[in-house]
Amino acid sequence: MRSAILIFPGSNCDRDMMVAVERITGRRPALVWHKDSQLDPVDIVIIPGGFSFGDYLRCGALAARAPAMEAVIDHASRGGAVLGVCNGFQILLETGLLPGTLVRNGGLKFVCREVRLAVQETLETPFLADLSNGSELRIPVAHNEGNYFADDALLDSLEQGGQVALRYVDNEPSRAANPNGSARNIAGILSANGRVMGMMPHPERAMGNGHPSDDGRKFLTSVLEGVAR
Amino acid sequence: MQVKINISLKTGVLDPQGRAVENALSGLGFTDASHVRIGKQITLDIDAEDSARAEQRAARMCESLLANTVIEDYSIEVIDAS
Repeated sequence: MRSAILIFPGSNCDRDMMVAVERITGRRPALVWHKDSQLDPVDIVIIPGGFSFGDYLRCGALAARAPAMEAVIDHASRGGAVLGVCNGFQILLETGLLPGTLVRNGGLKFVCREVRLAVQETLETPFLADLSNGSELRIPVAHNEGNYFADDALLDSLEQGGQVALRYVDNEPSRAANPNGSARNIAGILSANGRVMGMMPHPERAMGNGHPSDDGRKFLTSVLEGVAR
Repeated sequence: MQVKINISLKTGVLDPQGRAVENALSGLGFTDASHVRIGKQITLDIDAEDSARAEQRAARMCESLLANTVIEDYSIEVIDAS
């Protein structure tokens, strides 16, 4: 299981993600600086959370144009797996590897708390292979721009195509369960080929061992074992 | 050539910031203000022969980086120095 984690100026979840992946796989991910345009062959590239380039212009906009992202786009175009968490999700949307965009939270406040997520029935993807549809995960979010936005036609096509991977729920998707005003309670989506995923919640912050939840470990284990198969 | 680029949210895209400002204006007694939308302005110099070319370059900059055309519109104004 070979993995790589990208680092931009302002990334701040890279180390947590590295520790999480190493605990699960026993193998340390390669750390890739944003100026590197070469990416050694890996089973998955993970784009971690943080405030790349200070969130200047728009969240993820500058990082999406970095040399390392060109290598990630190449990797994805060959069917390689990519997971973006939080700012990583914003970056994937800015590159166009995933559709739609993330805008300012509806409540105008930075939201930092545990949320409940339901794993959705999706198209075929290695990421969720070990998680059953409807199973619930408790994982924290921490963001200011996590409000997923797309026009109705795109939202309909994401739902019909099984590209919605995670939703904020309180038993059911509800307004109260939605921390940021995200369209249709979307917390995470997949690309049309099921090999690129973006999500706002931070699984690396729910690894047990002192974290209140270990559902992030369950999620990452499914992702990492799925892509290694 | 100096170029002014205005970036605004498309109609239909929720602008929570604009809404908060509208509420604050109303709290100050400016109840006649509505539809507050907040955008951004980028000014830059472009080394170009004429204003048509400067505008063309600015449009390419908007498409490739400066605006997120999923949610934003842009308009370009070339201020000819000559």
